[in-house]
Amino acid sequence: MSKFKNKKDDSLPAVNTASLPDIVFMLLFFFMVVTVMREDTLMIENRLPLADQVEKLDKKNPISYIYMGKPARGYEKFGTEARLQLNDKFAQISEVQAFINAERAALREELIPYLTVSLKVDREANMGIVGDVKQELRKANALKINYTTGTGDVMDNMDN
Amino acid sequence: MAKRAAPEVNAGSMADIAFLLLIFFLVTTTIPKDSGLNRKLPPMEENDEDVVIKQKNIFEVLINGKDQLLIENEIAELKDVRSLAIAFLDNNGDGSCNYCQGARDIKSSDNPDKAIISLKNERETSYATYISVQNELVAAYNELRNIRAIQVGPQRGFKGMNFVEMEAAYKDPKFNGNKDKLKEVIDQIRDEYPEKLSEVQ
Repeated sequence: MSKFKNKKDDSLPAVNTASLPDIVFMLLFFFMVVTVMREDTLMIENRLPLADQVEKLDKKNPISYIYMGKPARGYEKFGTEARLQLNDKFAQISEVQAFINAERAALREELIPYLTVSLKVDREANMGIVGDVKQELRKANALKINYTTGTGDVMDNMDN
Repeated sequence: MAKRAAPEVNAGSMADIAFLLLIFFLVTTTIPKDSGLNRKLPPMEENDEDVVIKQKNIFEVLINGKDQLLIENEIAELKDVRSLAIAFLDNNGDGSCNYCQGARDIKSSDNPDKAIISLKNERETSYATYISVQNELVAAYNELRNIRAIQVGPQRGFKGMNFVEMEAAYKDPKFNGNKDKLKEVIDQIRDEYPEKLSEVQ
């Protein structure tokens, strides 16, 4: 009889946890792959100028991004002059107001006055296009803007 | 004798290692924050009332299409912008500013409240130059405000803090000082050296 006694005793076998690491690894890889900083695919060159009196762009407030620069490699057919990019495609100056309105429509009402427009402009772009966009932003009454820059010495801006 | 299977490696702690990794990545991945120069655009409504501003209270900065600078009708270099702007803002021509340390040149600005910087650029001006000049002008204001903050701060209980640090502390949720008092000091300094930067279209 004692031959069978042992088997009867441990009636509750431990749950097999051998596959737990696999599950966790799966989670880990999922997060590692999926966490891409949501940013627009840039179709323009975007080397930001440097500045040292910068303030942090507060992520608590909603931010819309407007990109400007000359078309990047692969988009040469759009010319060599600085162009405007909204979301994922090239846009005309006249589309800025519609873009701001669309961005506002996506926000909760109480956050709308805090919308900041971040201008990410290539250092080689000229002020003509930037001035035009600023004018459109004024028309759209989006007055809070931020010239997004890198952090560094301004003297380095000159010798590209 | 029957062939004995190799003893199984205990994989129980594997999960812990994976969790450790997971938590490590969760904690260390900080999203790089954008930073830049904050500006406020003037509203579209034109106010027709012509404000007469004395020429001596305007500090004219012109950037031409070849990225050359003309400040108060004289050719200047980027590195001079800051000191010229400080000299202009802190000039105190009419003597009404008791905290200014300027030269009190009657040909320059009356007091920091009246002093206006006017920035004009052309369409061909490069963005890099424009931002550099903007940066230097902001730096001029910040430098004056920092000096003032070091003077005012100790009486109000914020010793050894300059203006930029005060602003950072005010925004920092972890700052454990009197925020209302700090706000008062910041506002006072902002009033003493108001940022009056106008852009000509």
